[in-house]
Amino acid sequence: MARRAPRSLRVTANVVGLLAALVAVFPVYWMVNSAFLPRNKIRAPEPTWLPFGGDLDNFRTVLGGGTFWDALATSLMVTLSTVVVAVLFAFAAAVAVSRFRFRGRTSFILALLVIQMIPVEGLFISQYKMLESADLLNTVGGLTLVYVATVLPFTVWTLRGFVDGVPYELEEAAMIDGCSRTQAFLRVTFPLLAPGLVATGVFGFIQAWNEFTLAVVVMTREDRRTLPLWLSSFTEVNRGTDWGAIMAGSTLIAIPVVLFFLAVQGRMVAGLTSGAVKG
Amino acid sequence: MTGPATTTPRPAPRPPRRADRPGDGRDGDRPTRRRRPRQPLPSGLLLPALLALAVALGYPLVRQVVLSMQEFGLSQQFGRPPSWVGLENYRELVTDPYLWKVTVRSLVFCLVNAGATMVVGTGLALLMRHMSRPVRLVLQSGLLLAWAMPVVASLTVWQWLFDTQYGVVNWLLTRLGGDYEGHAWLLEPASFFLVATVVIVWMSVPFVAFTLYAALTQVSEDTLEAAEIDGAGPVQRLRHVILPTLRPVMLVVGLLQIIWDLRVFTQIYVLQKAGGTTRDTNLLGTYIYRLGIGGGDFGMAAAVAIFMLALTVLLTAPYVRAMLRQEES
Repeated sequence: MARRAPRSLRVTANVVGLLAALVAVFPVYWMVNSAFLPRNKIRAPEPTWLPFGGDLDNFRTVLGGGTFWDALATSLMVTLSTVVVAVLFAFAAAVAVSRFRFRGRTSFILALLVIQMIPVEGLFISQYKMLESADLLNTVGGLTLVYVATVLPFTVWTLRGFVDGVPYELEEAAMIDGCSRTQAFLRVTFPLLAPGLVATGVFGFIQAWNEFTLAVVVMTREDRRTLPLWLSSFTEVNRGTDWGAIMAGSTLIAIPVVLFFLAVQGRMVAGLTSGAVKG
Repeated sequence: MTGPATTTPRPAPRPPRRADRPGDGRDGDRPTRRRRPRQPLPSGLLLPALLALAVALGYPLVRQVVLSMQEFGLSQQFGRPPSWVGLENYRELVTDPYLWKVTVRSLVFCLVNAGATMVVGTGLALLMRHMSRPVRLVLQSGLLLAWAMPVVASLTVWQWLFDTQYGVVNWLLTRLGGDYEGHAWLLEPASFFLVATVVIVWMSVPFVAFTLYAALTQVSEDTLEAAEIDGAGPVQRLRHVILPTLRPVMLVVGLLQIIWDLRVFTQIYVLQKAGGTTRDTNLLGTYIYRLGIGGGDFGMAAAVAIFMLALTVLLTAPYVRAMLRQEES
């Protein structure tokens, strides 16, 4: 196709492509660049395009304040417990949906789809009330509970795609060779699912790590903030904005997510399409 | 499914011993055995997930319906039992011009953002086919990077880019001849929403561009060539061959954008805290938050939330129906 395209079209496409790439990358670059610049270069009429002569002062500012570590601890606890619980629950449900035929199976799958469409904003008022009456506001457990429910539908949906991807015939063969149904599943299918489980877990991690709305609702106390809340609090209007430090904080929060995302992205897209396209 | 015509021909009929043949002949020798026999409900496997969903979503939903029919304000927060008011909250809301203002604002914002995202994403996907390989790779890596950025991190960077005093955007626009020195973007609702739109479109385009580019690879080269031989120009090929193939994917992706952009919260909330006027920039999500958790009027907030859920159902119905059809086939 590209070979037959006229020259002018090709040139236009290339120019637009490079411009779009610049717009896509620049904010990310600017975040990292500003993180290394000293205050007098940040607060200057002319932007400094390269971090030459930069230092780690901004990172020191961020890491030196205790608030970052508090938020990191909260974020890690919430995210890890969400991932572990969600992947365990979702895995069981995905196996049920993929390997068993039972009444209500299609309704269950559809319910997951519908739940996924529910905006958090449509429920957070009563979730807040519920957690408040259970004394779970500002607790890792409370936030984990609502996170698990948020992540579950997607997790079941994707894992089901992965389980579907392992042919049942493999299990049948093992059963003919003398395995019980459970043994066949654990010895044959489960090892083949490991990459799918890891990818789904990582994706759940990214979702919980980045989540903002429910965190605002559940973690109202300053010392219980997760990292996104911690970061956004620095751009509030009445603070003297120290952009260098904020960008250093942004960079620190973004790095693990970007790396994880790049690692699982291809697999997730494959899982997504197989989950969405196959019946 | 792979039909018999496309499977590799086998040399001789082998003894049908094991399930090692291609999918189609699965039941040939054992007509009584279904692939996945109907079994009693595997309740042990489903229970944890169902329980979690029931506790964290089901119960709040029921409670919210009840709450929306109660007078539940500050005095109830301090222990007075809520009184039942029936549909009073809804009546009050429906007659409140501010709710309609916020609703219309949310819908317009949602459609503008979804539309802009679709146009830019589709455009990039179409152009990607004509780029030279290195340029395409550069663009795809860039989009992937933007896609991977956490929402709050991108928000802070864009706030820094739009900063009144030292932001690059003001610097650039001044350089280009505009009068943008010290321009405060968040003060005016119109430019407040412009900033929000830029952030949202920037974050959403990669998903659209990648999905549509993947769908584009399904467009048959033969059909394109045939169309060209028959004298179809590039525009005609786009209209009559490429776009019809893309249509189903574009519909799904477009609907997802609409659903996602209707529930925008983080961007608006953070930008409001950074200096927007709350009342003039509220969308449904932030309105519910400010009514309930901010203002303590949980009854009214619950009613608005139910209203928002209904709106979402209305917008989502076509998507769910399409997925249902796929699930059945």
